[in-house]
Amino acid sequence: MNTLLRQITRQIGRMLPVACLFVLPVHAADLSHPVTNTLKQRVESCAMCHGEQGQGGANGFYPRIGGKPAEYLYHQLLNFRDGRREYAPMEYMVRPLSDKYLHEIAEYFANKHPDFPDTHPPKLSDKAMARGKQLVSEGDPSKGIPACSSCHGKQLHGVEPGIPGLVGLPYEYISAQIGAWQTDTRAANKPDCMAKVAAKLSPADISAVSGWLASQTADASARPAPAGSVHTPMTCGSQEN
Amino acid sequence: MAMYANLRRYGSRLAVGLAVALVGTGVTWMVVAAEHPVTAASDTGAAAAKTPAALGDGPMWPAPAGSSQGPDRPTRLGPSAEPEQIKITDPKQLAKVKRGEYLMRAGDCIACHSVAGGKPLSGGLPMVTPFGTIYTPNITPDDETGIGKWTEKDLWNAIHNGINRHGEYLYPAFPFTSYTKVSKEDVSDIYAYLRSVKPVKRKNTPLGMAFPFNQREALLGWRMMFFDKGEFKPNPKKSKEWNRGAYLVEGLGHCGECHTQRNALGGTEKDEALAGGMIPIQNWYAPNLSTAPHGGLEGWTEKDIVDLLKTGRSSKGTVYGPMAEVVQDSMQYMTDADLKAIAVYLKSLPPQPTKERGAVVEPPEALVDEMVHHGKDIYEHKCARCHQSNGNGVEHIYPPLNGNASVLAPNPVNPIRIVLLGGFEVTTQTYPRPFSMPPFAQDLSDKDVASVVTYIRQAWSNKASPVSPQTVRKYRSNDGP
Repeated sequence: MNTLLRQITRQIGRMLPVACLFVLPVHAADLSHPVTNTLKQRVESCAMCHGEQGQGGANGFYPRIGGKPAEYLYHQLLNFRDGRREYAPMEYMVRPLSDKYLHEIAEYFANKHPDFPDTHPPKLSDKAMARGKQLVSEGDPSKGIPACSSCHGKQLHGVEPGIPGLVGLPYEYISAQIGAWQTDTRAANKPDCMAKVAAKLSPADISAVSGWLASQTADASARPAPAGSVHTPMTCGSQEN
Repeated sequence: MAMYANLRRYGSRLAVGLAVALVGTGVTWMVVAAEHPVTAASDTGAAAAKTPAALGDGPMWPAPAGSSQGPDRPTRLGPSAEPEQIKITDPKQLAKVKRGEYLMRAGDCIACHSVAGGKPLSGGLPMVTPFGTIYTPNITPDDETGIGKWTEKDLWNAIHNGINRHGEYLYPAFPFTSYTKVSKEDVSDIYAYLRSVKPVKRKNTPLGMAFPFNQREALLGWRMMFFDKGEFKPNPKKSKEWNRGAYLVEGLGHCGECHTQRNALGGTEKDEALAGGMIPIQNWYAPNLSTAPHGGLEGWTEKDIVDLLKTGRSSKGTVYGPMAEVVQDSMQYMTDADLKAIAVYLKSLPPQPTKERGAVVEPPEALVDEMVHHGKDIYEHKCARCHQSNGNGVEHIYPPLNGNASVLAPNPVNPIRIVLLGGFEVTTQTYPRPFSMPPFAQDLSDKDVASVVTYIRQAWSNKASPVSPQTVRKYRSNDGP
């Protein structure tokens, strides 16, 4: 009996520091505001704009990152760090971080699936909405524009490992990203297929496609389609690791 | 005004230097004009239109990458890259190469001679100066594009004299003004290391400077004014450890390139050594390194200094801005003995008044009370959750603001910019998964930021000058180092 007790005590003693490390706040006793030794605590800076669950910011420009494929998020973090994608606050944020840690952060947000916020889409004409729908589901073969869904998945919730979902994003964000590809302030690993698609879109088409996508009701329970479930019409560097 | 004061201070030295510079550029200009009369003339026309505005901006000192447009633009190296090396079997040579690698880290060659996504040490990082951009060269031993044809003597001439293999003056963006103190033996080891790196073919980017700044002869004048050549001379009255620290700080570590105020011509003055300075273009303040009362490191122990350089964090504060890169790329790799030597040397620096106050506009006295009140409110809602209500932070995670030298510096640029930018702590071997601070630029107005910075400068035991919204405005558009 004594031996068993001793064993249990010893076991608890061994586990206690580990348990404290993960469960208890750091120096709980002296702090007016408890701090935990967690990734959530570490990435407070991300939550400031993208929300605690990665649900996106209140205005149209801080995109939803929760639930996007991990490799897509990881590549964006690398693109900001290594000069392929320009946005000064993000470049500054990720500059000191290692590949391994960026991957961990990407996985953290990829595993969050918050509700979609209202995207407040602008009211477009019926003609523009029809054109937007056409570009998303069929593309425009006469201009060599592939359908969005041919890469981003039939449900437009993205495709593992590297293609992001397009629904649940605000009009402002989508149109700004296409514009960024056109003005060389956003790029992906080569061959950069989105750069080629973006170059073919007129301002009216950008507005139409962004407006139609922003007005779709997104389903928080939907997940990116599995890897290999689409055969992209072009070779994309962003789908390779 | 500052320029005028500096001009007076340099007196005859300046006059001679400038005269030499002018003669130098004049001679070269005539040669260039004679060879390419039409192109040269039109080139200068364009240059003349660009340069005057830039000239007034401040000293000729580089800011790192980030200002060029377009994708794939070179930015600083990420934290994961290591140069590839050839295999060395001779144990004696291997030991020499290892020493050289250590010295390369101490001199932080890799930070400037590399770009993110490129091969380390193959160069290409734009060093932006008010006079144009210098792209760091490839220093891997490739015969055509690197320094494959350089002899050890050539490298010595570059490091010690600031002169390249072709006999041309190097721009002082390469800190030969500090490196001149490096010993011959250490240069020999660095040479052995650089020869051990796998050659990388990357053609050097042409100089992004217009006339007259692209005339290297003109640097003779600058050198006469600001370059004191010579190896480090140990002080026999001081300990071996102190001398090692001085050698590292003044020489390879080239700390004075940022921590000593630069004048309008980009030079530094001996009597202001390590007393702190604004880093031009980057707009960060490199603090006074004295640990004496009113020094920038007042109250720091040797352990605090070693902890900060080794891990990026200490009980007195966390490293940030350009110094974070120095810790990440260089200092964290130093031995404990060398870091302690640096600390011993810094602890011995004489008390120096911090002169640099920046172009700061203080708010009217009548407004300060209201700002402190407003600032306390913001602090309790947005800052205390990490830095705590008592301003003491959380050990090893969030730095204390109470008694923090960065918060208290006469020039408030750093706390202002940290509130605006937020950011992650530095990644080091000790802390591979750093914590972060949210950016508040999009959340707080100029008045809010001024109020909260004024509050933290005056709360708890802190007593520093208030900060006005105008001063915050000035730094709002600075995106980061």
